[in-house]
Amino acid sequence: MSERPDSPQPAEPVLRIEQLFVSLPPWSDRPHAVNGISLEVRPREILCVVGESGSGKSVMGKAIMGLLPKPHLRVTGGRIVFEGRDLAHLGEDDMRAIRGGRIAMVFQEPMTALSPLMKVGRQIDEVLEVHTDMSPPDRRRRVLELLADVHLPEPERLIDSYPHQLSGGQRQRVVIAMALALEPALIIADEPTTALDVTTQAQILHLMKELQRKHGTAVLFITHDFGVVAEIADRVVVMRHGEIVEAGDARQVLEAPQAAYSQALVAAVPRLEPRARGAATDAPDTTPLLQVKALQKTYRSAGGLFSRNRRTVAAVQGVSLTVARQSSLALVGESGSGKSTLARCIIGLEQADGGEILLDGERLTGRSRGEMRPLRRHVQMVFQDPFASLNPRHTVGDIVSLGARVQGVPREQAHAETRELLRRVGLKPEAIDRYPHEFSGGQRQRIGIARALAVRPKLIVADEPVSALDVSVQKQVLELLDELRREMGLSLLFITHDLRVAATVCEEIAIMSKGQLVEAGATADIFANPQHAYTRSLLDAVPGKGWVRPAAL
Amino acid sequence: MKSFRSRFLTNPRVVVGLVWLALVLLMAVFADVLAPRDPFAIVGAPFGQPAGQFLLGTDSLGRDVLAGLIHGSRTTLLIAVLATLAAVAFGTAVGALAGYFGGWVDDLLMRLTEFFQTIPSFLFAIVLIAVLSPSATNLVIAIAVVSWPPIARVVRGEVLSVKSREFVQAAVVAGQRDLAILVTQVLPNTLSPLIVTGSLLVATAILVESALSFLGLGAPNQMSWGFMVGAGRSFLRDAWWLVTMPGVVILVTVLSINLVGEGLNDALNPRLADL
Repeated sequence: MSERPDSPQPAEPVLRIEQLFVSLPPWSDRPHAVNGISLEVRPREILCVVGESGSGKSVMGKAIMGLLPKPHLRVTGGRIVFEGRDLAHLGEDDMRAIRGGRIAMVFQEPMTALSPLMKVGRQIDEVLEVHTDMSPPDRRRRVLELLADVHLPEPERLIDSYPHQLSGGQRQRVVIAMALALEPALIIADEPTTALDVTTQAQILHLMKELQRKHGTAVLFITHDFGVVAEIADRVVVMRHGEIVEAGDARQVLEAPQAAYSQALVAAVPRLEPRARGAATDAPDTTPLLQVKALQKTYRSAGGLFSRNRRTVAAVQGVSLTVARQSSLALVGESGSGKSTLARCIIGLEQADGGEILLDGERLTGRSRGEMRPLRRHVQMVFQDPFASLNPRHTVGDIVSLGARVQGVPREQAHAETRELLRRVGLKPEAIDRYPHEFSGGQRQRIGIARALAVRPKLIVADEPVSALDVSVQKQVLELLDELRREMGLSLLFITHDLRVAATVCEEIAIMSKGQLVEAGATADIFANPQHAYTRSLLDAVPGKGWVRPAAL
Repeated sequence: MKSFRSRFLTNPRVVVGLVWLALVLLMAVFADVLAPRDPFAIVGAPFGQPAGQFLLGTDSLGRDVLAGLIHGSRTTLLIAVLATLAAVAFGTAVGALAGYFGGWVDDLLMRLTEFFQTIPSFLFAIVLIAVLSPSATNLVIAIAVVSWPPIARVVRGEVLSVKSREFVQAAVVAGQRDLAILVTQVLPNTLSPLIVTGSLLVATAILVESALSFLGLGAPNQMSWGFMVGAGRSFLRDAWWLVTMPGVVILVTVLSINLVGEGLNDALNPRLADL
């Protein structure tokens, strides 16, 4: 951007959207995905567009790039002015020159944004080849420069790697390098860190900010996470149902939101404040409910007839922990830390290789599937994906009452109990005869919770139960889980990657990394005084940690 | 999203296919009413021209071609549908067990499936009929035996993908037994590809049945389309209608089934159809 002088503000906006309408197909629940929004992205700023799912934020991003899925979504009104031209009414050829050249895009999923069959260096090179007339040696130099720019180690080696040889964070760096290749005036980033681990997310956000300052690019950053907004935004636009609810400076929106909806969203973000040790001490029985002793689990790839080398992954390496009666323990770790494997061993979906698991003094390990069956009702699970965890062909009643019916409870009685349970998780008892597709994600997760409670378990294992939900729904589901746990006197093992969520739900926390438990203790103690370096890096990586929330909300 | 019914029935190709199949089905059901006489009975002069005394003419022995087509539809459809049902039942059982239990069960069943797939299916059917002797029951058996492997593979693939979904794990956690999980949780979710593959299999079965009858390996003393083509082939230059009429009926019926099958596929997988 050498041609752009450091002109005094206010400069002409890089992108101006005027009264944009994008129509939805006739069978949708509303006529417009984007309903007459106007906004502008100014030079050298990061504008965050925040909204929950269905707010139209991604559709708006796609409309700017001319990537709407035709013929169902169409721009039906308004203008998208970029460098003096209206992108909403530009021909495909002109659009192609702008796309990748003047406007670049960074997608959510770095694995699908890169072609798996092409070396990463070649993929960046291709952008230069198509859009410039640089010579091959010049292009190679430029690619190396770009890879170094995004702080990838050993660019000389990386240029010849395939995407699958890189980690998720490295891939996203390659995608960013690709976006920067032609020094675009505007980068549209659609949830670029959502698929990444917290520590990687923190690094990528830091990188984007650094590069944006260095190159003076304007960034339109689409996200659902207010923590990320607090970390990166200069200005914020809050969207809901295709309309702009509030727009303003980041500090103003984050610390003193005006619109009721933004206030509710901000209030729903879980705080990074440890919850106090609850009334766990009033439990009469002080023997631990769940004891995990030196648990081992190693996965071995089958190694076919012709391949000798079997790969082994030590997913859980000698983990010991205890869960007290009527308490909640959060198991926190990044992807690949072994937290889900540990949960699957406890729930009996995997057999541990070594060590033992005791529930109420009874051994769960080393049992066959048949021997395990009578013990199943003591430990139940709430699954991560509210869409995959309910059988689409069964009614809610059949789904919730399955465990009870398997135990031999007559159908009539099981359904009567199901009605009561549905009411308790905040659904109407009539839901019993409906099918899962008639419910929203949050409602489905309530059904999943009702299912887990149906057999009156002693322990509930919840594997990332809210990571697929919007913040406002997330908050309700977490509150429900907490309330039911106290009322019914259960223990909860809560698996999450998000320290903020862990802090709001659990009195105790255990942190896993690479199959090992690195630190465990009361949430308040760990937050106040983390002992292990990994715990400290996790705490540092939480997006928006410096954000001072308005106390009134 | 539009309903399955409207996606299926507003597809013009499906409507064309359904109309023809309904005609064939009516013909098969009411064969005795439409053509009350034995289709093998000699009713007129041999080689009678179409649109003469008889609408579609007569064959070399003076039998009514139209009556033959009407009664033939009954034999052909019955054998094709029964063979398909048998193949679907067996293939589903094999595929479901292989996909769900995996390990050595999968290895064993899939090697068996491959064994059947490697034998050229039509030759295999001829050998089976030759060994078993031609009869309607044996035709059903022979066609089913050569048709089940693709069904097994489709079901196995679907079961593999459905079984990794969380609701199956939830059923395990609820304490449901393996066979109950397979039947109540997994199989109902494999229905749509199964219906599509099964419907297309009917078309293949009709072709195999016709081909076997053409070779004289069909059900004896039962009129069928393939038999009519076979009987008329030596008179192709003198009496074109003997081969053409049943041939066209086979062609249009198979085409209709394919149109309906593809329509089903588009309607059951709407996202694919949009691309």
